Amino acid sequence: MKIGTNAYLLLSAVLFTIGVVGVLVRRNAIVVFMCVELMLNAVNLSFVAFARRNGTLDGQVLAFFVMVVAAAEVVVGLGILVAIFRKRSSASVDDVNLLRG
Amino acid sequence: MIAVAATTAAERAELLTFIPLAVLSVVTAIGMVTSRNAVYSALLLVVNFFCLAGFYVLLQAQFLAAVQVIVYAGAIMVLFLFVLMLLGIGNDEVMSETIPGQRVIAGVLGVLLLAAVVVAVLEGGLSGGAGDLTAVNQGGNTQAVGRLLFTRYVFAFEATGILLVVAAVGALVLGKRRP
Repeated sequence: MKIGTNAYLLLSAVLFTIGVVGVLVRRNAIVVFMCVELMLNAVNLSFVAFARRNGTLDGQVLAFFVMVVAAAEVVVGLGILVAIFRKRSSASVDDVNLLRG
Repeated sequence: MIAVAATTAAERAELLTFIPLAVLSVVTAIGMVTSRNAVYSALLLVVNFFCLAGFYVLLQAQFLAAVQVIVYAGAIMVLFLFVLMLLGIGNDEVMSETIPGQRVIAGVLGVLLLAAVVVAVLEGGLSGGAGDLTAVNQGGNTQAVGRLLFTRYVFAFEATGILLVVAAVGALVLGKRRP
């Protein structure tokens, strides 16, 4: 018997939860971004596991799109981070708790 | 249930690959969250991405495994490390909590979320076979994914192209120094 889809889904849930806790706990904006990436990857893993279970490739295509969107998100997010750092010389998420610059 | 009795050699091999990779990926993820030094976090995340590429190979998604290594472990993590070096590493992350008891609450919420998802997975009635993509992947996984990408999902493909252009222009505008 093969490893069931459940094993991959449970692993994906564990990785996603670690990412959520990281976003809630960490203060460094770059590490918060990394935790978001971890969550996106966890969801990708369950997409690919479901693709094999269903016997179609649609899940893999969706995971591919998630990767593209994640790349775009990282580019813009890190750009914002560098802009904030230039202004405040700090990468802590608590220093930017106001909407005004 | 998870560690079911493996029958054939190939299935035993999958089990023997899955378990170390799963342990390694969870350990590196926890290390990434708990590490004080952001550079260590980034490097642990790279190891985690390689583990996920291994899972994709196990799940018969060879194209995605290659993309995972090239895009995530290559491009995105280089970007992260570049910004880390640009902003100065200094592990000056304040360890006081903004909200009193923030870490405890985050841990409790995390455990609750994990419990909810685990119950949902186990109660979801996903028993039975793990599926097989051998027939679909006939003639190559990359070819099959590409065929799907340029037929059924061609609109989404074009939309992500526009998204990437907008993101590149946005990053350029954000990064420009104003006089």
